Order: sequence, then C-alpha cells, then structure tokens
Amino acid sequence: MSENWRMLTLIGRDAPGIVAAVTGALADSGVTLGETSMLRLGGNFTIMMMVSGEADEARLRALLAPVIEARGMCLHVDPIEARLHEHLVPNVQVSVSGADRVGIVAQVTAALAEGGFNILDLDSDLAGTEAEPVYILLITGIATESVEQIEQRLAPLRAGGVSVNVTPIETYIG
Amino acid sequence: MAVLDILKLPDPRLKQVSEPVTGFDAALQAFIDDLEETRQAGPAAVGIAAPQVGVFRRIVIIDCSTTRKPVPNHGHLILVNPEITHWEGYEPGREGCLSVPDYTGNVIRATQIRLSALDRHGEPVEYEMEGYEARAAQHEIDHLDGILFVDRVVSRRTDLFRRKVYQKGGKKNVTTKGTKNTKD
Repeated sequence: MSENWRMLTLIGRDAPGIVAAVTGALADSGVTLGETSMLRLGGNFTIMMMVSGEADEARLRALLAPVIEARGMCLHVDPIEARLHEHLVPNVQVSVSGADRVGIVAQVTAALAEGGFNILDLDSDLAGTEAEPVYILLITGIATESVEQIEQRLAPLRAGGVSVNVTPIETYIG
Repeated sequence: MAVLDILKLPDPRLKQVSEPVTGFDAALQAFIDDLEETRQAGPAAVGIAAPQVGVFRRIVIIDCSTTRKPVPNHGHLILVNPEITHWEGYEPGREGCLSVPDYTGNVIRATQIRLSALDRHGEPVEYEMEGYEARAAQHEIDHLDGILFVDRVVSRRTDLFRRKVYQKGGKKNVTTKGTKNTKD
C-alpha cells in the first residue's frame, strides 16, 4: 500500500448520507482510507480521514467538489507522515464534570501534561441546561504516574467544586 | 508441549461454533497443555479459547491473578464445556484479542456471573465471578460460540462517564444504556 498519506478534514452542516457520498466518491477513484473519525459537534458534521492513493490534493478536491458544493462544506487536505498498526493502549481514564466555566480543559490537561500523561483520546461536551450548563470531559491516555499521583495533580480542581474521577483501565486480552 | 498458531481475523473459522468435550483422555490433556503454553506466549494474554488455535472444542483458560491492580479472581482456571447460568449488571470495559491484533475497544459485559463447567479431568466446578474475571469468562465463552469482541464493541464515546455514576449508586442492577450508540 502507498505510504503517501494525506489528512482530509471535512466540515459542514450535518445531514444523513454525507459519509456515504464522500467515501463513495473516494472509493470510485481508488482512494484508500486509513483511520477515520467522524463526530457531530454542535450540530456540525466533522470528519477526519487518512487517505492514500495516486490522487494528489488537486485530484482529491476535484473528486469531492460535487459533494462539497452541494452541501456547502469546508475541506482541508494536508500531507501527513503516518503509519498504521501502531495503536497505543490507554491505561488510565480521567473524567471531569462540573459547572461550566472558562478553562476547565486547560487546567486539567496542564496538570496531566506536567505528569507526563499522554492523552490518546479526549472528548468534551456541554450537558445540563442553558441556564445551568455542565461541562463534561473524558480523557483516556497513557500515564506513567500512579492513579493516586494523578489524583493529587487534579486535587486543586476538585477543591474548586469540579468532580474528578481517575480510574485505571485494565485491558482484557484473550 | 508446543505453542500453537493463533487464528486471526478475517479467518472465517473464528466464526465457527465449538463442540462440547466428551472424552477426558491423554490427548485432551496434551492439548490443554499446548493451549496454556500458547496463552502464555501471547503478548499479555489473560485468557485463550480452543477455537483460537483452530480446535473447535469448548475449552477455555483464564488467569486473572496477574493484573496490575489485583482484582477478585479464582486464579488459573481451565474450563471445559463452560455455561454461564446467571448474569447481573452491565458495564463497559476495554478488551483486545489475540485473534484481532492491534485493536482494542470497549465492550459491555455483565458485571457478575455464575458459571458451571468441568475441570480438565471432567469434574464439575462452579464459580461466581465479578468484574474483570467475569469479563474474561464472557470474552472466552464468546469464542466458543464464534463471537469476537469486535462483534460487540461499542463506540469509544459510549457511556464511560456514566459508569462511574452507576458505581457510586451500587454496582448491582445497573441499567444497561447506550448499546445502540455504536458508530460505524
């Protein structure tokens, strides 16, 4: 397989059928997909896809032009260095929730970074109501410190009224 | 003793349903020893099921005594013709598989089970298992029915936060949620 990877980022108003339209246009021209991730963020369709094949950026843009124009979407194409089959397995999960305010993610991730925590996956969301929004943050990653040490790093947040849970992830292999 | 070859996806034989063991002869004992040697050779393998090495007999081995943080467990178990007779509670947890290299995902499993089986000599045994060990038994028994964890994997965004909330309220009788939120 070609190692000529590009990261293709596509954003637009969400509607059924976008993934089918996009991946169909790519597949018809022999473009290979690597790892991909589609998320709905605030009602927006977002997807990032590793793509590889003969098609250069101009060709990729041409292939997707009909879908993008019909749906008023934004497209980025960036050359990347990438390898498959190199997944890392997380060993700790950190979940955080509390009344929404500026800086929760920054504070949590700064504390984790100080301890050398490698974030593999991060999602954050606003729950609750418009009047009382609740911020929810979920992180999984690789910690070199113990759960207790990480909890200590996050203790100032807890003192500020934010709920913090640090749990080990014991991956079952069988 | 020998380390046996592990069948890997997309090998269709992993979908095959295994047959019960009926004879506990020397050949069975030798096979169980090979299966155990193969489990120990597998990177970080906690359990293994006979069909993973292409032997479609209802035999699994699990050993949950070596986790980083100790979990409730019954030590090294060889389970022949295992049957889960009771399930309770649900929670997601991360799983991987010798037959599915380079992939781990979240799977929802019962948190407490009762299991009856035969040991390697054909003597009946019964266990009550919880948490990680219950997960191990369910993962391996799935192999006997031709089911892989990737058939049950749920989105990484599913329910992991809520799990903690449930645990605070007691692990028993938790509601099963989010299983329809898998993403393609």
